Amino acid sequence: MKKDITFVLNKEEVSMEVDPRWTLLYLLREVLKLTGTKEGCGYGECGACTVIVDGKAVNSCIFPVMEAEGRNVTTIEGLVSKDGSLHPLQQAFADHGAVQCGFCTPGMIMSAYALVSENADPTDDEIKGSIEGNLCRCTGYVKIFDAIKSAAGR
Amino acid sequence: MELNVIGKRIAKKDAPSKVTGRAMYIQDVSLPGMLYGKILYSRYPHARIKHINTAKAEKLPGVKAVLTGTTIPPFKFGFYKDNTPLKTEKVCSLRDEVAAVAATDPEIAEEALGLIEVEYGELPGIFDPVEAMKEGAILVHEGHVGGKEKKPTNVLNLPWRLMSGDVQSARKEAAFVVEGTYSTQWVTHCCLGTSGCIAQFDIANNLTLYSNTQIPFLAQKDFIEALAAFGMKGRRVRIIQTAIGGGFGSKLDTYAYEYIAILLAKATDRPVKIIFTREEEFIASSPRQPTITRISQGCTKEGKLLFRDVEMILDNGAYASWGATTPNVMMVPISSLYKVPNIRYVAKCVYTNNTYSQAFRGYGNPQATFAIESSIEELAEAAGIDPYEFRLINSNEPGELTPMRCKVTTCGLKECMAAVRDRLGWNGKLHQKTGRGFGMASLMHVGGGARVYKSDGCGTTIKVDDFGKFDVFTGSTDIGQGSETVIAQIVAEVVGISMDDINVINNDTEVCPWDVGAHASRTTFVAGNSALHAAQKMRQQILEAAAHGLGEDPSTLDIKDGQVFAIHNEEKKISVGKVARSVHYTAGGRMLVAECFYDPPNENPDREFKGNTSVTYAYGAHGAEVEVDRQTGRVKIINYVAAHDVGKALNPMLLEGQISGGGVMGLGYALSENMVYKDGRLMNANYLDYKLLTARDVPPMETVIVETDEKDGPFGAKGIGEPGLVPTAAAVANAVYDAVGVRIRDLPITPEKVLAALKAKEKLGE
Repeated sequence: MKKDITFVLNKEEVSMEVDPRWTLLYLLREVLKLTGTKEGCGYGECGACTVIVDGKAVNSCIFPVMEAEGRNVTTIEGLVSKDGSLHPLQQAFADHGAVQCGFCTPGMIMSAYALVSENADPTDDEIKGSIEGNLCRCTGYVKIFDAIKSAAGR
Repeated sequence: MELNVIGKRIAKKDAPSKVTGRAMYIQDVSLPGMLYGKILYSRYPHARIKHINTAKAEKLPGVKAVLTGTTIPPFKFGFYKDNTPLKTEKVCSLRDEVAAVAATDPEIAEEALGLIEVEYGELPGIFDPVEAMKEGAILVHEGHVGGKEKKPTNVLNLPWRLMSGDVQSARKEAAFVVEGTYSTQWVTHCCLGTSGCIAQFDIANNLTLYSNTQIPFLAQKDFIEALAAFGMKGRRVRIIQTAIGGGFGSKLDTYAYEYIAILLAKATDRPVKIIFTREEEFIASSPRQPTITRISQGCTKEGKLLFRDVEMILDNGAYASWGATTPNVMMVPISSLYKVPNIRYVAKCVYTNNTYSQAFRGYGNPQATFAIESSIEELAEAAGIDPYEFRLINSNEPGELTPMRCKVTTCGLKECMAAVRDRLGWNGKLHQKTGRGFGMASLMHVGGGARVYKSDGCGTTIKVDDFGKFDVFTGSTDIGQGSETVIAQIVAEVVGISMDDINVINNDTEVCPWDVGAHASRTTFVAGNSALHAAQKMRQQILEAAAHGLGEDPSTLDIKDGQVFAIHNEEKKISVGKVARSVHYTAGGRMLVAECFYDPPNENPDREFKGNTSVTYAYGAHGAEVEVDRQTGRVKIINYVAAHDVGKALNPMLLEGQISGGGVMGLGYALSENMVYKDGRLMNANYLDYKLLTARDVPPMETVIVETDEKDGPFGAKGIGEPGLVPTAAAVANAVYDAVGVRIRDLPITPEKVLAALKAKEKLGE
C-alpha cells in the first residue's frame, strides 16, 4: 500500500514512505508534525491549509500527497530565515495588526507569498484576488490587505 | 500626562508566534496515549430513542470506549438545566448527541459511529417559534411547564419585560406613530479554528481540560459540578487554554462535547481529544438566534421621541444556553438608545426542534438595533424630518439617566454621527431613489463591563523576577482581540518598563486569578482596570524598595525604561532587576508581588430589569453608501464608515481591527449570511453554501475613532469588542431604502428580497 515519495520541503529534500490516500496536509500535520499549516474546513474552501507547491498556492487539504512527488513545497515554517528573522510578509502582518486569532494567518501569508514571489508590484485587485480563497472571520481583511500591500516589492 | 506606550500602534505580543505558525491551537496539541473521540448525532430532529446497540462498534479494533445516555451517570447542564451530554429517551434536534466513541485514531472512531445501531420512533417536530407558542403545539420538552397554571409549554420561563413610563398615553399623545415587524436569521460564528478539547485525568481523578473556551473559570465550575455527578466529588479541574482560533461568543458556554470528552477520558483512563469537523461546527455549535420583532415608535410634531414599544419572539431552539438571555442585554439599546421617555419591551424565548442558540458578538444587540434603527428612519420620514436631524434631536447626552436607569457618563454619539456624515460626503440625503443612496444607524452598547453575573470582576497578579522581567497573571482571555497586548501596555505605562519585559500569562486556571470571561466587550475595561491597579501597587513597591538603596524618599523617584531614578538627579539610579534582587537577597527578604481584583461599580438589574448594568456605554454610528441594481436586486456597498466612541484608543491599530472586523461581520449579517434550516436540518453546513464575505467583497471601510475620555476606564477607555457589527445591518437597510425606496425588514438583504420588494412597489405604483 505504501509508496515512496521524494520532494523538497522548505529547501530540504525529503524521502519517505506515504500512504497514497493521504492529503499533503495530513502528511505535513500528522506525520511530519509541521502544525503551522492549519485545517479550517478540510475541503478546500477556507484556505487555512495553503502551502506553496512549485510557486503556486494550493489547498493542501485536498492536494493528494503523491502529487508532491519531485516538487518543491514551502510551508509557513519555511518562510522564517535561518537566523530567525521573519519574512517581510510575516513582519508586515504583525506590524499592521493583520493578525487577530491567527488561525487563518499562515494560510493567508502563504497565499500572499505566492503573489509577491511572482509579482513585485501587485495591484489592489491582484492582492484581493490572491487571498479571496482565504477566509478570515476576525479582521474583515482590511488590515490583511494593508499588510500585503506594504510588504509587496520589499 | 505624557504617555509612552498607551495610545501607540503596537503589534500584538502573540503576532510573531502566529505569523510563523508556532502558536499552538487545540488542533495542534497532542498528548501521549491520547485517544480521539467522535460523537454520533441524532438522525431525526424529534424522536424517541427506542434502542441503541453498540456491540458492533465496541468490537472494532482500536475502539476503547463507546458511551450512550444509559451508560453514563445522569447529569444536566446549561443555565436552564435542560440538556444532557448524551440523550436517553428523546432527541429534540438533529444536533442531539446520542452516542460517543473513543478510539486510537479519528478514522476508527468515525467508522465505529457507523456501526452503532439506533432505533428511533420519529415524532413530528416543531420548527417555527410562532407555531410553537400556540396552544396545543407539539412540545419539545414535555416536562417543561410555564405560566400561572404550570401548563406544559414551549415558552421558556424567563421574565424578559421592561416597562417604563406610560406607553399607552404616549401613543395617544404622539403626532406620528410607525409600526413594523422586523425579522432576523440564524447566523453562526464561523471561527476558523473549530471547537475542541482534550480531557485528561491524573491518578487521583483530577481533571485537566485543554480547551479553547472563552470562560475558563465558569467552565471550571461547570466541570467540577459534572465531576461530582460522575462520582468524582471534590476533585480539581484545571483549564489550560491553547491559542484560541476565534470566539465571538461561541465558546461562552460549556457543551455536550466537552462533557463527553471528560466521560470518555474517565472510561478509558487516557487523554481524549474531540475536535469538531467544519460540518460539525456548523451543525453542533450554537449560533445567533432568529428574532421576530414588532416595534412601534412615536414622536411629537417636532420629532421628539415619545415612546418605543417592542415585542420580540426568539427562536431559542431545542435547549437553553446563553442565547435565551440575550433579551436582557437588548434592554440597553431598546430602553436607552436615544432619549425615549416611555418604554415597553416584552420578549419570549421559545423552544423548537432547531439547533439551540448562544451568545454571538453583540449578544442580541444587532437584532434589536436592526429593528430600532430601521424604525427610526420610518418615523423620521413619517414626521417629515431628515433622519440625520431626527437622530440629532433625540441623541443621548452625557449626564442622562435612561428609563432602564443606565447612567450615561460620556457619550460621543453626535460626534460619531457627524463623522459618518462628513466622511461619506453625505450632505443632505439624496432622496432621489436613483439606485444610489446613503444610510446610517447608531448604536449603544455596554462599554464598562456588564453585570450579568453577581460578579463582573477580574483578577491580576504581577511579579518581578531577579532580572527585571515582569510576569502579569490575568484572569482574562485573549480570543484574538489582543487583550494580552493591551494589558501589557497598561502595565508597561504604569510601572515605567518596556513591553518586551512583560510576559502575560492568561491561559491556566491553576495559575491565573479569577475572571468571569471574555464577553460583553468587558476585557479592556475590567481586566484593564484590574491590571492598572495592580501595576500601580507594583510601581509603589518598586519605588519603596529602591528608595531604601538609593537613600531617597519614594516620592522623589520615577521609573523609566526599567530604571528607577531620582527625579532631581537622573544619575542616581538603579535597575528594576537590581531592586528585585535586593529584596530577595536580604535577611528577612520579601517578594515584589502585587495583585488587584477589580469588580466595576455597575449594578445587577433589579426585579424590573432596571439598573446601571455597565459603568459606561459605548456609542457609535455607521454609514453606508450603496448602489442597488434594479435589474438584479444586488446591493453593492460603495463606501462604508464606522465611527465609534471608544473612550480612549489604548492601541489604535488593534482597535481599528475590532471595528473593521466587526463591520465586515456585520455586512455579512446584513447581506449574505444565513443558516438555512428546513425542518430542523441545516441545508448549508459548509463554507461553500454559507456565504461569508471574502477579501473581494469588502468595500472601502473607514474607521473613525472618537475619544471621550471615560473617567472610570483604564486611561479613559471603553469596551469596543462587540459594537462594530451592531448597527451595520440597519445602516445598509436604510441605505437600500434611500437608494430605491424599498424597505427590507427581513435579514439578510438578498437580491431576491430586494427584487421582490421592487416588483411589489412597481405593482403598487400601477
